[in-house]
Amino acid sequence: MTKIVAKTGNEAMAEAMRQINPDVVAAYPITPATEIVQIFSSFVSNGEVDTLFVPTESEHSAISACVGAAAAGARVMTGTSSQGLALMHEVLFIAGGLRLPIVICEVNRALSSPINIHCDHSDTMASRDAGWIQIFSEDPQEAYDQTILAMKLSEQLFVPSMVTTDGFIISHAMQRVEIFDDNEVQEYLGEPKRPYNLLDVDNPITVGPLALQDYFMEIKVQQANFIKESRSKIKEILNDFNKKMKRDYSVVEKYMMDDAEFCFVALGSTAGTLRYTVDRLRKEGEKVGLLKVRFYRPFFEEDIVESLKNIKGCAIFDRSDMFAGTGGHLFNDVKSALYNSSSRPFLKDYVYGLGGRDIDVEDIESVYRDIKEFTENNGKGETVKYITVRE
Amino acid sequence: MKKNWKEVEIALITKGGTAEEFKTGDWRSEKPLYKSDKCKQCLQCWLFCPDSSIIVKDGKMLGIDYDHCKGCGICSKVCPFDAIDMVKEEK
Amino acid sequence: MANIKELASKGNFFSPGHRACAGCGGTIILRLLSAAAGENTVFVGATGCMEVVSTIYPYTSWKVPFMHNAFENSAATASGVESAYRALKKRGKINKDINIIAFGGDGGTYDIGLQSLSGAMERGHKLLYVCYDNGAYMNTGIQRSSATPFGASTTTSPAGKEIKGKMQHRKDLTEIMIAHNIPYVAQASIFYWNDFVEKVKKALNVDGPSFIDVLSPCPLGWGSEPSASVELSELAVSTHFWNVFECENGKYKINVKPKKEKPLEEFLFKQQRFKHLKNNPELVEELRRYLNEKYQNLLKKEECSNR
Repeated sequence: MTKIVAKTGNEAMAEAMRQINPDVVAAYPITPATEIVQIFSSFVSNGEVDTLFVPTESEHSAISACVGAAAAGARVMTGTSSQGLALMHEVLFIAGGLRLPIVICEVNRALSSPINIHCDHSDTMASRDAGWIQIFSEDPQEAYDQTILAMKLSEQLFVPSMVTTDGFIISHAMQRVEIFDDNEVQEYLGEPKRPYNLLDVDNPITVGPLALQDYFMEIKVQQANFIKESRSKIKEILNDFNKKMKRDYSVVEKYMMDDAEFCFVALGSTAGTLRYTVDRLRKEGEKVGLLKVRFYRPFFEEDIVESLKNIKGCAIFDRSDMFAGTGGHLFNDVKSALYNSSSRPFLKDYVYGLGGRDIDVEDIESVYRDIKEFTENNGKGETVKYITVRE
Repeated sequence: MKKNWKEVEIALITKGGTAEEFKTGDWRSEKPLYKSDKCKQCLQCWLFCPDSSIIVKDGKMLGIDYDHCKGCGICSKVCPFDAIDMVKEEK
Repeated sequence: MANIKELASKGNFFSPGHRACAGCGGTIILRLLSAAAGENTVFVGATGCMEVVSTIYPYTSWKVPFMHNAFENSAATASGVESAYRALKKRGKINKDINIIAFGGDGGTYDIGLQSLSGAMERGHKLLYVCYDNGAYMNTGIQRSSATPFGASTTTSPAGKEIKGKMQHRKDLTEIMIAHNIPYVAQASIFYWNDFVEKVKKALNVDGPSFIDVLSPCPLGWGSEPSASVELSELAVSTHFWNVFECENGKYKINVKPKKEKPLEEFLFKQQRFKHLKNNPELVEELRRYLNEKYQNLLKKEECSNR
């Protein structure tokens, strides 16, 4: 039995956490993710969960405590954003290397400087190489579902996960959310699965040793290979989730792509506006579609290449910049995925929405006109364009 | 044979105390010599040996574990009964 | 009182084959610490000498569970381990009583790990934090830390023509820990091994956080003879360079009041890090003044808190 409620992204994630009922949550407040753990700590105070809540003195300590707790065999979660995720940076790699099934509810917010509390993807992108699964959410419903899914993925694969929403746009926007029964969630997740258990004093292990030139490479290649192989397992787990929980998610989501000649590629909340714009353009007879990337890490290269094989011109929407003079993260990943493909569309990057700058239908329609022109000109000219900016 | 990438554990050592297999005795430039006739079994040497190289069984000092002893000389220095001499290590 | 024969028969949980320097004081601390804590103990170590020398894959010196996360976060990591332990115990998934001990060098404790340590202590986790205090970043090559004593020459406070080593006194971390109002805080020296072992047992028995700072002679960083580590641990106390005391629920007790005080020079000049002070007696005087003041204050605190 499911029920329909109105929830913001933060409330939806907190609700998922309540139903997961983790053993330990260690967290530190940061806008716009504060609410997630704030709501969750009221669940703790009111005895609605069995969780031990550890209110640390920084995000660095929050993720450090999560690593300790997860190694000790607990089911562990936390929430953060922006500077908080950046402060966790060092330990994110350690959690990935130690293969600990931790889930972070991450609310995308611009990294300083200038300081800004609104959405872009610079924080999540900066941690893309840490060996974590990264899942983007378009709305509170996905935020809710994917928080539960992430726990399952992490515990099946022994890879930590971060589920992201877009700051304020999703985190603070109330929408209709379909909620599972508490016991459905518990049944779906089952008992926590752990790669090892530090607290097993009868079988003492050493976690996080020093590995030098003679072993470091083997350990890291094993991790890299596991992440590579995990893509097929993620698909299996996602299919199982869809079946059990009655959803219809895929690792990359195609909309009106079957006969499309042009398409948009994007992450997160902007997919909604893009879908609406696709509908409008379709009414005018334009053959345009949308590819929403749900999983950014691992990167589903083959699925993306396959989805773009009949596309002539492709507009990538990046809510972050790599400051390398080559545009945003998604653009660069998609571009390199296509390099050895026999059918490559023309690609152009549209960097938008930094620090919460709005993007509307007119902006997207002008991107459409631009990518068409770019394609007709055989990709001549600049490949990176900053939009939603005063020229 | 060292493990390949498919065999290594997840950033983990799954057994306790494996360092014992690693011999540090060849670090020595000086060597402790145990004179059992002078030993009064106070076990000060056992207490302070940084390398757990004083062999004690049933509460009795039996000798020195030369596989691990690095020859620091602490045992000789803390011995109140002059029961451990330090001599040059000979190869 | 701990008994050597008993300790020796139970053994310790830190095996040989580690790569510490000959005469390392830190490994003596870990041997005594692990022997005092017993087998149902989980250790969390900060990056540093003791972590590096004891866990070079695939070799580990630890015969009990050990975990290393990063440099500045052993207290936070241990607070996570402790929280997991309590949560799993509450859910009936664990029934053993397990000690949780975090440790770090002075760099990882006084400096980069201070925030993490303060947070863990303030939150009241039931864990013991032990600092092996050798007074510099020895693992990276003897750089000064906030625990480096006044006048000591390190690679980042070298004794030169103008500046004669470190020109600041040590941060008093033990007092900072006492100011956290945690149930048990102590300083120890390996020479008084019995006192140290008892302190570990006491710390593990309190219902809350505890902290012990142990002087850790370092032949490499101090420029001392490897064989002199235990002797230096005694001299440090009898010259008042290092006070052996505890603060239990706010009550101070000086555990070792040297019957025969020794001149500070006896401790200093067995170490190369202080050798330049021979030509700078005014700096020795300044260090002596500071150490005497510390000891006198400690005597007063002992008196006041027990009134």
